[in-house]
Amino acid sequence: MSDLVTVTIDGVEVTVPQGTLVVDAAKMIDNDIPVFCYHPKLKPVGMCRMCLVEIGVPMRDRATGEVLRNEDGSVRLNFGRGLQTACTVVVSDGMVVRTATQPVKDAREAVIEFLLTSHPLDCPICDKGGECPLQNLTMRYGRGESRFDFSNKILLDKHVPLGELIYLDRQRCIQCARCIRFQDEVVDDPVIDFHNRGRRLEIVTLSEPGFDSYWSGNTTDICPVGALTTADFRFGARPWELTSVASVCTHCPVGCNTTLDTRREAIAGGRSVIKRVMPRQNEWVNEIWICDKGRFVHHYADAPTRLKQPLVRKNGQLVEASWDEALDLVAGKLQQHKTAVAGLAGDRLSNEDLYLFQKLFREGLGSNNIDLANRRLAGGDVVAQVGLASGSNLKELGAGDAVLVVATDLHEEAPVWWLRVKQAAERGAVVVVANLRPTRLDKFATHRLHYAPGEALSTIRQLVNLAKVEMETADSDPLAAAADALIKAKNMVVFYGSEGLTYEETDALARLLANLLLVKNGEGHVGRPNNGLIPVWPHSNTQGAWDMGVHPAFAPGYKPVSEPGLRATDIYAGVADGSLKALFVIGADPVGDGLMADRGQLDFLVVQELFMTKTAELADVVLPAQSWAEREGTFTTGERRVQRYYMAIPPIGDSRPDWQILAQINERVGLGKPAFAASLVFNEIAKVVPQYKGMDYRSLARVEKQWPDVGGEDLYYGGTAHENRSGLGQQWACVAESATVERFDVAEQPVIARDGLQLVRVAALYTSGTLIEQSPVLHHRMARPTIQLAHADATALGLADDDRAEVTVNSVTYETAVRVNEQVPAGLVLLSGVPYIAGLTTAQIRKLETAVAQPTGD
Amino acid sequence: MAHILLRHRDIENIHELDVYLAHGGYEGLKKALSIQPDEVIEVVKKSGLRGRGGAGFPTGIKWGFIPKGPGEKYVIINTDESETGTFKDRELVEKNPHQVIEGALIAAYAIGARTIYNYFRGEYMDAAYRFEEALKACYERGLLGQNILGSDFSCDFYCHYGAGAYICGEETALINSLMGNLGQPWSKPPFPAIEGLYGKPTVVNNTETLANVPPILVNGPEWYTSMGTEKSPGVKIVCMSGHVERPGNYEVEMGVTYRQLIEMAGGMRNGRKFKALLPSGGSGPVITEEALDAPMTYEGLTPYGSVMGSSSVIVMDETTDMVWAALKMVHFFRHESCGKCTPCREGTFWMEKVLSRIYHGYGTERDLQILESVANQIGGRCLCALGDFAVNPVLSTIRHFFDEYKAKVSGAGQKQQATRETAVATAD
Ligand SMILES: Cc1cc2nc3c(=O)[nH]c(=O)nc-3n(C[C@H](O)[C@H](O)[C@H](O)COP(=O)(O)O)c2cc1C
Ligand code: SF4
Ligand code: SF4
Ligand code: SF4
Ligand code: FES
Repeated sequence: MSDLVTVTIDGVEVTVPQGTLVVDAAKMIDNDIPVFCYHPKLKPVGMCRMCLVEIGVPMRDRATGEVLRNEDGSVRLNFGRGLQTACTVVVSDGMVVRTATQPVKDAREAVIEFLLTSHPLDCPICDKGGECPLQNLTMRYGRGESRFDFSNKILLDKHVPLGELIYLDRQRCIQCARCIRFQDEVVDDPVIDFHNRGRRLEIVTLSEPGFDSYWSGNTTDICPVGALTTADFRFGARPWELTSVASVCTHCPVGCNTTLDTRREAIAGGRSVIKRVMPRQNEWVNEIWICDKGRFVHHYADAPTRLKQPLVRKNGQLVEASWDEALDLVAGKLQQHKTAVAGLAGDRLSNEDLYLFQKLFREGLGSNNIDLANRRLAGGDVVAQVGLASGSNLKELGAGDAVLVVATDLHEEAPVWWLRVKQAAERGAVVVVANLRPTRLDKFATHRLHYAPGEALSTIRQLVNLAKVEMETADSDPLAAAADALIKAKNMVVFYGSEGLTYEETDALARLLANLLLVKNGEGHVGRPNNGLIPVWPHSNTQGAWDMGVHPAFAPGYKPVSEPGLRATDIYAGVADGSLKALFVIGADPVGDGLMADRGQLDFLVVQELFMTKTAELADVVLPAQSWAEREGTFTTGERRVQRYYMAIPPIGDSRPDWQILAQINERVGLGKPAFAASLVFNEIAKVVPQYKGMDYRSLARVEKQWPDVGGEDLYYGGTAHENRSGLGQQWACVAESATVERFDVAEQPVIARDGLQLVRVAALYTSGTLIEQSPVLHHRMARPTIQLAHADATALGLADDDRAEVTVNSVTYETAVRVNEQVPAGLVLLSGVPYIAGLTTAQIRKLETAVAQPTGD
Repeated sequence: MAHILLRHRDIENIHELDVYLAHGGYEGLKKALSIQPDEVIEVVKKSGLRGRGGAGFPTGIKWGFIPKGPGEKYVIINTDESETGTFKDRELVEKNPHQVIEGALIAAYAIGARTIYNYFRGEYMDAAYRFEEALKACYERGLLGQNILGSDFSCDFYCHYGAGAYICGEETALINSLMGNLGQPWSKPPFPAIEGLYGKPTVVNNTETLANVPPILVNGPEWYTSMGTEKSPGVKIVCMSGHVERPGNYEVEMGVTYRQLIEMAGGMRNGRKFKALLPSGGSGPVITEEALDAPMTYEGLTPYGSVMGSSSVIVMDETTDMVWAALKMVHFFRHESCGKCTPCREGTFWMEKVLSRIYHGYGTERDLQILESVANQIGGRCLCALGDFAVNPVLSTIRHFFDEYKAKVSGAGQKQQATRETAVATAD
């Protein structure tokens, strides 16, 4: 039997895959069947009854199965007893659907009329007004006049906080359950549900704190009315006043496509400001979802504490200066200390910034002393060889495929990847997690490998050694079973992170995992779409930093340099011991992050930043940069997709884009006329970095039709996530796609005996940092310093659940909450809500006797 | 004639296991265990037994839908019984519980289930105590639990008590409720027989349906089809209520006429004149004098635009205000609407408001039109049958008693409340 089915909808034939719903089949030929409860990313429920149509199927002779025909030869159709919901009926061959008949029109009009009998119609003050499915479908199918002549329509609460982020207007809710179903089916956070029945059906939150989910904002996009609104946008603007600009999320390596909706604001002195961040469809990256961090952290762009003017230290004080003065000073000082300079960059900067930064050092100053200020995860060079192949889409992974996730908590570090791996598992993929401790992905994993502290590398090495093509039938050893499942998979994707590992250990880990992918089995697991390695980078453009050569040993495009420069750790040492004289820190705060004690013996420190960070306070020159929203640029995701973002709001004060500041310094150190547009810098990148060859701002802006339709006219169907009109980005090809990659040599790591409790810092999505601190809406949700440990370990320390403790790690002391959690393996302490700490450490943990009031976060 | 279902009326204390056993109890189960599960299904198919929960689906065919082979399966007894004027299942579980248990065990054996649930209407606590005692006795005597009657067949039995929702009698809402979810139906397919409780194949049968099964196994399908009519064989418990002299349950052969039923119940109360009756509680259209000689079968009322349903006959005499009666029914359905689908959630509310206005004498011709139009906008467009049920009393009373409505809207009726606006039913 073929897996395609042909149906006729209003006289138009369409051939669609078996299992397609009538509503989707119609959509494919632009026949818009109106819906409220149906959403193409959710299972159909047939609740709202808006999609009723006439559906006829060919009648067959009971005995022979022959199709029955009318006298004129046409097929006899059985239209059943009445209208049917197009969202729940699956197409079948020969089906005939009628969507424009009088009964269908009547039914649509009736549903609209019914909905309006309990709807407040406060469109003039409703956030959804202007992009409201109910409004639009009422205009299209409603009767235009009410027959419900009672004045007491419905009186329900209009401002119900489901938490601090999402508000419910009970009057506006049309009980479609999209929000409930999204939370349950899509993101497995069933924290909201219906309560009561009939017209009193209401959405309630079941969690404490309310609506406790990293995904809550998405429900406001798919809610077909203004019942769910976000705390920071509600009553903030009308949709038609907004100017939408395409952007990319800057908070994790997934690189979700977003749209910045902006508006000129009187309170901002007539400036355009970001009113909200919305998902922008990219079925390759984030589909139509974003996490709440990506949605709510943007407020830092408008923070009053932004730097607005260059600052130069005079008589011990940082005072405002002109750009020329500041830039001349920077260029002069850097050149003066040419032999003793270094540069440290943050990995949230754009490719253009990072490229020009390394160019300044390599070409302008002749130095390879350049690195990421806060490097955590190695293996960029390995990824360049065997990374996830171009043309991959995690959405395609399913039965027969495998995903391995090592040393990372995807739900906290890269939420949308967690979602995509979870969904792959639901489609039948083998999911193997290897970590020190359980994470949220364990629930969806088929194999869970929890290694002992210090045994990460030896465990993975064993796994690789066990992964032989001719495996004996999997024995009971879980490691062997996992290896077997992985190696036999049609496609294999491997994620790796740095939880509990040092930088050097992550380097070995990347190589070991590359070797796993390189075990030859059939077509192999490298160089083919949906196969390869994905690093769970700490920031949004760590990948770009590697590509651009912000690395002491690699020039742009992974060209090894003959004389590698100083690594970040050496640079910090050089600052302290005086062997370095000048330091340029861009988009990073090593002092605030505890990596650099002070300015040591530096003669000159320049910091390029958005805010007056701890490092900036010590600088000789502070250069005010623009946030990502004020400028354009490109980021490269962990899947090596190069994506463009666009200028959405005007610059704050006299700030300039990072790349421009760098270009102007570069000019001053003799590197020629500065490029006057980011696109031109990118063109240079495309020439210098072989992997980016052929890309330019136009190719990155290419789009294609995506399924399902969202945004625009289709918002009743897919929600208000924006249609992608500004670019899907381009994945660059790794070496394995065109050449054979040899196995990597990985030196055997000595197993270090570890005594006593081992402390590992674990990630939390809302961990305090320079940017997130500036978004008040998230303050209640911030991860407070917390330790988690098993009952026996807690008892040994005299700790109990809900106690407070003082934890000293690497001579930094934190006051933490204490959570006794039996999920934590014995001998391990998980510390979250604090800045990154590499590897495993020991810690002094002391119970705090004085009852300290729980901070409320206000 | 001795009762087949209401056997407690003939045999004292049959709710006690010993008494039940002494009168042929669990012989049907023994018979079933002595033949193959498929053969049991075949016997039930041949008996022509149809669902007594209202929809009348052939029971054997329903059992036959359950996929064969290994895997968890469930039998659920539907004792939610919340239809207005329905009280037959209560008498069975309270007075003759073993016959229900035995029927359910036979069903479980036939479909390969190892677990039975009985979903009780929450208010049936007294009946439930009796029932639970019966279960305890069964466990003690090896009629429940491991290796029942020494066979390979093992089965457990649990009771669950509803929290007071009519909709939880609808099989998919019942399953949701049983799983701890909100008591709302789901859109079928998937049917419970394929994806029911916990996603596993499940048979949901009405209590009375299952009580019919043991005697069918003992006496054979031909015995069963010898009663009733060809398409509606067997016996049925009829719940007689309303303006009759002796309301209560009556066990009858299918095919008796409604007139006979009224006579059986002692005739019209106080000798008043018959006006109309609801043959299926609140959920079926009313019938009038013209249909009284129709046979009580699954098909008998089709020509009169009504249904037998669960055969809960509510009889109304000449003193009944039919607009009032319709309002009562609509109030019930509005109150019980689960709210999942738009037409029922909003439409029942609207119908009640308009109807109330009409009943209280503030209605207009236009209200009458709106009432009919709203009812038509609900009918046939809902997710479950409750929406249609809600429309039946309205449309059928409009059809048969239009004059009464007319009188109300022409101002002839007494104005019963202060203003047009407040003439609405009090919410809950
Ligand atoms: C709103 C509604 C309420 C129902 N209530 C009951 C009930 O209380 N008891 C019952 O047995 N069936 C009830 N049903 C029918 C059940 O859905 C189901 O058809 C029945 O339990 C199947 O059993 P049967 O085949 O033995 O009749 C109800 C159906 C609807 C739509
Ligand atoms: S809040 Fe919105 S999405 Fe949720 S049920 Fe109501 S209308 Fe639907
Ligand atoms: S998943 Fe990552 S990229 Fe996507 S919105 Fe969240 S933080 Fe941003
Ligand atoms: S018809 Fe009524 S009871 Fe049935 S699903 Fe719809 S709202 Fe619920
Ligand atoms: S019932 Fe089909 S869209 Fe709601």
